[in-house]
Amino acid sequence: MAAKVIRERLSGNEAIATAIRQINPDVMPAFPITPSTEIPQFVSSYVANGLVDTEFVPVESEHSAMSATIGASAAGARAMTATSSAGLAFMWEELHIASSDRLPIVLALVNRALSGPININADHSDGMGAKDCGWIQLYAESNQEAYDNMCMAFRISEKVMLPVMVCQDGFITSHAVQNINLLEDAAVKEFVGTYKPDQYLLNAKAPMAAGPYAVTQYYMEARRGVAQAMYDSKDTILAVSKEFGELSGREYGLFEEYCMDDAEYAIVIMGSAAGAAKDACDMLRAEGKKVGVIKIRVYRPFPAKELAEALKGVKVIAAMDRAESFSGNSGPMACELKAALYTAKMTPDVLSMIYGLGGRDITVEDMVKIYEDLMAGNLCCDEIPYRYVNVRE
Amino acid sequence: MSDYNFKEFMSRPDRLTPGHRMCAGCGGTIALRNVLKAVKPEDNAVICNATCCMEVSTFTYPYSAWTDSYIHNAFENAAATAGGVEAAYNSLKKQGKLDDNYKFIAVGGDGGTYDIGFQSLSGAMERNHDMVYVCYDNEAYMNTGIQRSSATPMFADTTTTPAGKCSAGKPQNRKDITEVIAAHRVPYVAQTTFLNNFSDLHKKAEKAIYTKGACFLTVLAPCPRGWRYETEDIMEVTKAAVETCFWPMYEVENGEKWTLTYEPKQKLPVEEFLAMQGRFKHLFKKGNEDKIAALQAEVDRRWESLLRKAEMSAKL
Repeated sequence: MAAKVIRERLSGNEAIATAIRQINPDVMPAFPITPSTEIPQFVSSYVANGLVDTEFVPVESEHSAMSATIGASAAGARAMTATSSAGLAFMWEELHIASSDRLPIVLALVNRALSGPININADHSDGMGAKDCGWIQLYAESNQEAYDNMCMAFRISEKVMLPVMVCQDGFITSHAVQNINLLEDAAVKEFVGTYKPDQYLLNAKAPMAAGPYAVTQYYMEARRGVAQAMYDSKDTILAVSKEFGELSGREYGLFEEYCMDDAEYAIVIMGSAAGAAKDACDMLRAEGKKVGVIKIRVYRPFPAKELAEALKGVKVIAAMDRAESFSGNSGPMACELKAALYTAKMTPDVLSMIYGLGGRDITVEDMVKIYEDLMAGNLCCDEIPYRYVNVRE
Repeated sequence: MSDYNFKEFMSRPDRLTPGHRMCAGCGGTIALRNVLKAVKPEDNAVICNATCCMEVSTFTYPYSAWTDSYIHNAFENAAATAGGVEAAYNSLKKQGKLDDNYKFIAVGGDGGTYDIGFQSLSGAMERNHDMVYVCYDNEAYMNTGIQRSSATPMFADTTTTPAGKCSAGKPQNRKDITEVIAAHRVPYVAQTTFLNNFSDLHKKAEKAIYTKGACFLTVLAPCPRGWRYETEDIMEVTKAAVETCFWPMYEVENGEKWTLTYEPKQKLPVEEFLAMQGRFKHLFKKGNEDKIAALQAEVDRRWESLLRKAEMSAKL
């Protein structure tokens, strides 16, 4: 039974903050960094006005933000934080500890370029830098998707006992105001439910020790456990998304397929730029061209098998990364997509493209040009085996 | 505390239990075992431990030597982690989801406290979390093999400040972490070590644990491996540290009331402390007399400064 809809106009940060207010987490340590600063600001104002029970901890750094979040989560609280860019990089060590300790932490990530040079605008280099830390990563195209992912995050996290990053693009999504359909507070509270940890520090009946020194005989099993949980989390993500779909009327899978049924030329992309790709796709479809878009929502776990299945019948793919990983091979997502296709014994042409770093605009016209290159077989790269969009060489 | 009773204190069950893998005679273990005696038997505690000897040797999976809940996070964030645990406690208490009473005790060596964990510590103290941070200070990074820290005294021979033909050991003076934390104007800061029957340590631990707000305790905790003395001599070494005024025993309330808790009847020359330890052996070679004089001058300077603060406080 679909819940009542509240029509609003909110920025991505406001949407995330609204979801946080509705979830009412027990603890939120955070440190301000553009463009995610508004999120802890909003939460602080909720605290100041008695709208939440949250203990907001205004820590002195992002490293301490994640450290305190880990402490709070291990203690038995529903705990979360928010950050961007350098803030996430500063947390890097702690990201591994959060997943290894199997703590159900949620992090609202507002994607921003990493230094240097210092830049405050959108790209995915922060999230991509944290892709191998044992965190589930959900990416959003719009403020609606960011809100919806946040509503689902604790449900997923507390079921699989892995931390979850809810990602949206800095400024493009975080600051741009869009129409949004919110759920009522009570509906979100009921959907998220009460957190009842099995083991936690503040359990006087059964004291717990967390974060051991594990020698060679044990370390590998701990990592193997995280890997299994990550692999298994796909089913939980899909189940929670299905339940959320029944509540909200908005369906989510591991990725979105747009005009993919008979597509021969596809763009695979994540985040806000998917909108430009879909517009370009619409224009070319109107001309009868067999083009499509896949927008990845769940980057971790990487939906390798499912993507390969969805790309069957596609002749040429543009794998578009909003991050440079300096591998000398491809963009980070393109590398994984190519590996997924290889495993599925598929050999379509894949053009790895890097776009939009540090907030550089990518337009519908750019996307049309990319489709035209795919259709014309213009896939050659010059100096390096992948291509940059809109860069001065 | 007025109701301190040595016998009752010592009859309390250990919260850091035997069977861990710390070295025989380790000062850190003695310090923590005694600090935790100050938690009343009816109260619960959560120990938040920085990466250090204490952590790797007391919580080697799947064994824990701690009877209380315990969390190790990383090297530089015991204070932030403890702050998070305390925030969880406050939130759950406020919401009526928790009945039990807890004390929060962060533990770090001097590396995790003076150096890599300093930012996290300063932040937690400023935010005044209701916790005690205990630094067991063995004056170098002992866990990685005796490298200098900002707690290492001048001229100490360490593996990153080795004494040699062109070096007399560590060139710099040590940071005074107790004064630095006192400057945060938190409710209670104290420094202590093992002296006589440990009553100074016990009383300060009890006061720190049962004073509301952020409290800080520095315990000089000798490391026989790093300081190079015979293991069984630890009480002589700490006594010499105190009697030479190298390690004054004092406390600071609210950043302004400085009180000496022990004053040597006759201040001994610093050589008495130095001569017991292999890390200062090179200072007793001919030609290094000026080094000992320089160390003595520094000890005197700091002691005089402390006396002035205590005198001023007495007039408050």
